Amino acid sequence: MSHGIVWKYGDNVNTDVIFPGRYTYQMMAPDEMAKHALEDLDPGFAAKVKPGDVIVAGKNFGSGSSREQAATCLKAAGVQAVVAKSFARIYFRNAINVGLPVLQSEEAAAQLETGDHVDIDLVRGEIRSARGTFHFSPLPESVLGIIAAGGLIEYTKSKLTVDEAEEKKE
Amino acid sequence: MGRTLTEKVLGRNAGREVRAGDVVSVSPDFILSHDNSAAIIQEFRKLGVKKVKAPAKIVIVLDHIVPAADEKYAQNHKTIREFVAEQGIPNFFDINAGICHQVLPEQGFAVPGAVIVGSDSHTPSYGALGAFATGIGRTETACAWATGEIWLRVPETMRIDLSGRLGPGVSAKDLSLKLIGDHGAEMANYRAVEFAGPAAGDLSVGARLTLANMSAEMGAKNGYFAPDDKALKWLVGRARGPFEALASDPDARYDSVIACDLGALEPQVALPHSVDNVKPVTAVAGKPVDQVLIGTCTNGRLEDLEAAAAILKGRRVHKSVRVLVLPASWEVYREALRSGALAALVDAGCVILNSGCGPCLGAHEGLLAAGEVCLSTSNRNFRGRMGHRDSEIYLASPATAAASAVFGRITDPRGFS
Repeated sequence: MSHGIVWKYGDNVNTDVIFPGRYTYQMMAPDEMAKHALEDLDPGFAAKVKPGDVIVAGKNFGSGSSREQAATCLKAAGVQAVVAKSFARIYFRNAINVGLPVLQSEEAAAQLETGDHVDIDLVRGEIRSARGTFHFSPLPESVLGIIAAGGLIEYTKSKLTVDEAEEKKE
Repeated sequence: MGRTLTEKVLGRNAGREVRAGDVVSVSPDFILSHDNSAAIIQEFRKLGVKKVKAPAKIVIVLDHIVPAADEKYAQNHKTIREFVAEQGIPNFFDINAGICHQVLPEQGFAVPGAVIVGSDSHTPSYGALGAFATGIGRTETACAWATGEIWLRVPETMRIDLSGRLGPGVSAKDLSLKLIGDHGAEMANYRAVEFAGPAAGDLSVGARLTLANMSAEMGAKNGYFAPDDKALKWLVGRARGPFEALASDPDARYDSVIACDLGALEPQVALPHSVDNVKPVTAVAGKPVDQVLIGTCTNGRLEDLEAAAAILKGRRVHKSVRVLVLPASWEVYREALRSGALAALVDAGCVILNSGCGPCLGAHEGLLAAGEVCLSTSNRNFRGRMGHRDSEIYLASPATAAASAVFGRITDPRGFS
């Protein structure tokens, strides 16, 4: 269970407004990326976001480019999770791969508003708020494993180590 | 119950029968990356393995910021060249090849039945030739380099049945914009899009590449045409190896079918700031533009440049507008030199850029100032994409772009044909 405050946005929040293309090949460090998070949608966001905050949005969050910085910058800015009516497919994969939980809930996305306090339980699939408790399908175990490992790199690293050890045994 | 092309291609790779909804582990035939390879290398180094699993399956094309626009880009390119040498990656294309989504088909990587993943959202382009091709992220690209594998959920399929004939001045780009305008930017989210019906075979390979490319803007995982004689003929002399031309069975399962009469189609324009904000050109004609961009991976093939040249030949671009031309590859550039299309465009006052992604993603070569308007044949018009957040991008076909260049205002190209 993890507490945070909501930032609410609309439909089709695309990767260009989450992390502008002019920075995509300029920055490699996540904390540098965090300073430009949502810059072309909400220029005040990066300075004000607090660790644990939650982004709530409408349909097709993360549409557009495959740029992973659009997930990395939010994670590095301290965003705990993104709740949306739906996600663009590459964004969904990227977010999981960098360890940013992406939660699909029509109801939560419709009812939560900026400034709401929420508590999120990833394992039970619950978002609690003063407006009610909303449910989402908990992410599959393998995906929770990637998030728990801190992203796909750490997850793959541990898998590669296991494979190598097994090869040696054989 | 039959199977779709996607089910067959992924099943063949996975070595078992698969159905929509299954999660499969596949070994991609090719793993594409571009200038973002520098960032992928950074992730790859964290994995603690020294060598990539299969160097010959990695394809790297430098195209996003070529030639390097500043020191940081130059360092990225250098890092990539050193990694290519260190790992013995044979399929490396430096700054003189073109945009990856044109280079992979031209160089014969994109063949029927292939599984191609790429760390670029427009990777679905290769479905034009019957491949399964989809976009992935950087981190999973690094992991695929190391393991040679990736997991994918087999998508459900939406079929788009095309009938009728495109009228003069109307093209595949107009069709893609009309579909996205009518059905929304997430019309095919998580799904495959099959372009079929009696008119699908009439479309050129170039037109198919445009539609498969634009399927990314429908949210699709992959978009494709069944490989037919036209596609197979195009592949002669290009395909890098043997391939199997797989197509959907007649009784394959589709979760939705959309019918589209090409004969009823008018030129379309997507207005700022989303690709699904679409109107017929007649509804926005007269809107002044500061810049016109003709080309990119969506519409930078020979037939696109020739469509623009047919309108601009013997005319001048309007003095209030800057016109940039971006051929999709150096092969296209050379063909357009030979055909005379480039001469016509230069004579009309267009600026020809080197082949690459250029201003399309807002990195260099013709960015927009606050308040400026660009009409572009590219695939995205998101806020701030080509420059200042208060600039505007309209999307259209090469013919509409060329006609608009003549008047400095958005113009219906049908008056020219």
